[in-house]
Amino acid sequence: MSGVGGLASRHATQRRAGPSEPAIVRWSLIGLTLVVLVLFLFLPLISVLYEAFAGGVKVYLNALRDPETLSAIKLTLLTAAIAVPLNVIFGIAAAWSLAKFQFVGKSVLLTLVDLPFAVSPVISGLIYVLLFGAHGWWGGWLDAHDIHIIYAVPGIVLATTFVTFPFVARELIPLMEAQGSEEELAALSLGASGWRVFWKITLPNIKWGLLYGIILCNARAMGEFGAVSVVSGHVRGRTNTLPLHIEVLYNDAGQFSAAFAVASLLTLLAILSLIAKSIVEWKAAQAGQSTVAPEEMPLSLVGAAAPAGGANPRVDPAANRAP
Amino acid sequence: MRFKRYSVLPGFGLSLGYTVVYLSLIVLLPLSALVVKTSQLSWRQFVDAVTDPFALAAYRISFGASFVAAIANAGIGLLVAWVLVRYEFTGKRLIDAMVDLPFALPTAVAGITLASLYSANGWIGRLLTPMGIHVTETPLGIIIALTFIGLPFVVRTVQPVLQDLDPEVEEAAGSLGAGRWRTFRHVIFPEIFPALLTGFSLAFARAVGEYGSVIFIAGNRPMHTEIAPLLIVKKLDEYQYSSAAAIAVVMLAASFTLLLLISFIQRWSASGGLKP
Amino acid sequence: MNALRNVSFVGLLLITPLTVLVGCGDRNDSKKQTASSGEPVKILNVSYDPTRELYKQINELFAADWKTKNGPVVTIDQSHGGSGKQARAVIDGLQADVVTLGLANDIDALHEHGDLVAANWQERLPNNATPFDSTIVFIVRKGNPKNIKDWDDLAKDGISVIVPNPKTSGGARWAYLAAYGATLKKSGNDDAQARAYITRLYHNVPVLDSGARGSTVTFAKREVGDVLLGWENEAYLAQQEFGKDKFEIIYPPLSILAEPPVSVVDKVADKRGTRKVAEAYLAFLYTDAAQEVAAKNYYRPTVESVAKQYAGQFPKIDTFTVKEVFGGWQNAQKTHFADGGVFDQIYKPK
Repeated sequence: MSGVGGLASRHATQRRAGPSEPAIVRWSLIGLTLVVLVLFLFLPLISVLYEAFAGGVKVYLNALRDPETLSAIKLTLLTAAIAVPLNVIFGIAAAWSLAKFQFVGKSVLLTLVDLPFAVSPVISGLIYVLLFGAHGWWGGWLDAHDIHIIYAVPGIVLATTFVTFPFVARELIPLMEAQGSEEELAALSLGASGWRVFWKITLPNIKWGLLYGIILCNARAMGEFGAVSVVSGHVRGRTNTLPLHIEVLYNDAGQFSAAFAVASLLTLLAILSLIAKSIVEWKAAQAGQSTVAPEEMPLSLVGAAAPAGGANPRVDPAANRAP
Repeated sequence: MRFKRYSVLPGFGLSLGYTVVYLSLIVLLPLSALVVKTSQLSWRQFVDAVTDPFALAAYRISFGASFVAAIANAGIGLLVAWVLVRYEFTGKRLIDAMVDLPFALPTAVAGITLASLYSANGWIGRLLTPMGIHVTETPLGIIIALTFIGLPFVVRTVQPVLQDLDPEVEEAAGSLGAGRWRTFRHVIFPEIFPALLTGFSLAFARAVGEYGSVIFIAGNRPMHTEIAPLLIVKKLDEYQYSSAAAIAVVMLAASFTLLLLISFIQRWSASGGLKP
Repeated sequence: MNALRNVSFVGLLLITPLTVLVGCGDRNDSKKQTASSGEPVKILNVSYDPTRELYKQINELFAADWKTKNGPVVTIDQSHGGSGKQARAVIDGLQADVVTLGLANDIDALHEHGDLVAANWQERLPNNATPFDSTIVFIVRKGNPKNIKDWDDLAKDGISVIVPNPKTSGGARWAYLAAYGATLKKSGNDDAQARAYITRLYHNVPVLDSGARGSTVTFAKREVGDVLLGWENEAYLAQQEFGKDKFEIIYPPLSILAEPPVSVVDKVADKRGTRKVAEAYLAFLYTDAAQEVAAKNYYRPTVESVAKQYAGQFPKIDTFTVKEVFGGWQNAQKTHFADGGVFDQIYKPK
């Protein structure tokens, strides 16, 4: 059975090979896997590219240079530029308070942090319409003061922030928990101020986890569709992010290729995110800081709130010291 | 009882304060608007809104398709995780990285791509139509879309557990005369079952709320292929905010229950649940 | 001391993004636009689904025309979607200066929910505020393999009909009423027969898109269904965009007169100071130049001279109005499209 000091990162040392299946079974399984994954993963990727260029390179470039596309790109970038830093600050604050301290109500907060993963994107947008829409709680007040949140950029940013806020926190909490506080305490006892400790000790220790969280957060922020669809006004050239613009183009007559052209941009972003993720995982393993939480696994499972008796075999504090 | 265990580390007040305020503003406040809106309905109205035939059909479709997709993902995920952990072959690292694609790809892109691939004249669709299999505008299309987006979950929850399995036990079983299949069934599978269950539940929870990947392929026909999130959007379109909120509350309740279930599974398995 | 510093730091962290948030949104939307002062003016035209190409062309003409007459640059932003859906967005706060929707009832809703337009909006412009009208026709595959000629054929077994969702799309409601009304007229006002008919028809519908354009794409691009039921102008567009030789347009002997109206959204236009531009924009829709663009896009012009000029491209068709057969839109909406109405009942298991 796996020991308590089990490996944290799946890219760590190879497991010792035990008995295995006969070669034919092995190769059939590999073959089956490849067929399934090619069908499910590679084929869609290829078809995006194919359909994007189906009308020719000129159509492709025109689609990307179209003013509506350009403003969709700008809006997507703006949204991410606001949502991601906000969520980074939150992630660090949440991780610091939840990982380094013990207090009443900790598990409640952990559950709250995980909330957006339990909420359908459509509902994530709906709640902001109920708050800020013309017939929402503050609709009257907002309208009287000429502040527009729903059907305008702030609403899009808010909905995106809601949907993506857990990502950084979820990476940092288990990581900081696993790292413990010895180094920070040592630095404190040597006379460093709180901020100094944070910048010089904590931050370098969590830098790979932080980067990992940022990559995930950004990918989701730029790609969010359901929540933004509910709060945006679908005004072309003004309140359409790239994913919404793809829907617009897809439903427009004669713009099928253009839709895929724009989709290819986001696909490129997805692939870059995957590459960046892999690099960060590799670097983290090298540095001994493992990125612990797999996508969308509730925090309560990743060790932060594990019951006292249950040893989480995937996190080994001893393996996670920065060099 | 103390609120907080004593610690010399600074910054507790600041970080906790910021965290709580942020959570309240961004999460609690909007969610409470949902609850308040729903409470404006009388109990009778609430029940009517969440049990009208369109809503019931939508739950059936959403939960049903999600369940089937999660089962499919359990199977595929187990296969992929096994192959990735246990075997070596060219391109393994690439495949491993690619497993996360459905997670990184924006749902709208997945949606239009799958709809196009499986349409009657799409690359895959045109192979299926002669066999009488229609994917777009049918529940099958919904299931396929949900299987796509749930792909990484089971793989990523099972992989680490498989990775950590000690070969000694398998060797012991082998030396006692068990064949590989027997070893798998009685030694390996029980160990990974909790992770499998967790992955299944995660895929299921994600699929239930999924919107962007599904609406392009589904057909959106009321009572047949209309998923619950789409019903909420439709209700919003028809000025029925309270109805929409009511259905949203039902979906949220289901999702939270799932989350709770997942953490129970983990607790149960950590405390030594499944033993042969 | 330390506490104060902490609190102010938290405050700063919270206020800054909030300010950015609100500041971003406010910039363009609500600055008072004064057309006469020479500053560039932006107005938003919230329209129904099929009019994307139409308004792209008209907007260019209007901008040029406005420039020669008044000087400042005017930009018209467009939003398109199912007519009902768009109306809801405007009610919810989408800052439309003008609405050009699919049916009068949707603009009436703007008056009912929030007094966004004046009660007499339909009398402010000629022809019941309808600059161009249309009708509902069938589009079928080349050669009309299923031999679809009239409304009855749509309800036959084995026919697959593509039509949008009446709850969100204006065109869908026109199509529904056209089918229902044609059957009523044929059967001598037998409501039970019409109901049975419409139920059979919608059971032949595999997918309900939220707007007319969505249905066109489903039928023409994704090649779903045997017949598309929709706006006349969409039919011609489908041919143009997806292949003239792939589709045929079938005119049933009797159809409905579809009148998509327009209006200034008084509340928004007054607040933003864009009334002058907005009114000029809508008036422009009745000028020969705009009417010709409409005709070229297969919308039936209402200005006599242009209508005569383009009469050749529009087959004659017998039409009835909503008022005639259904007693007006209010009644039709209540009976058929409201919650629990006839449309909802189509889908309830017997």
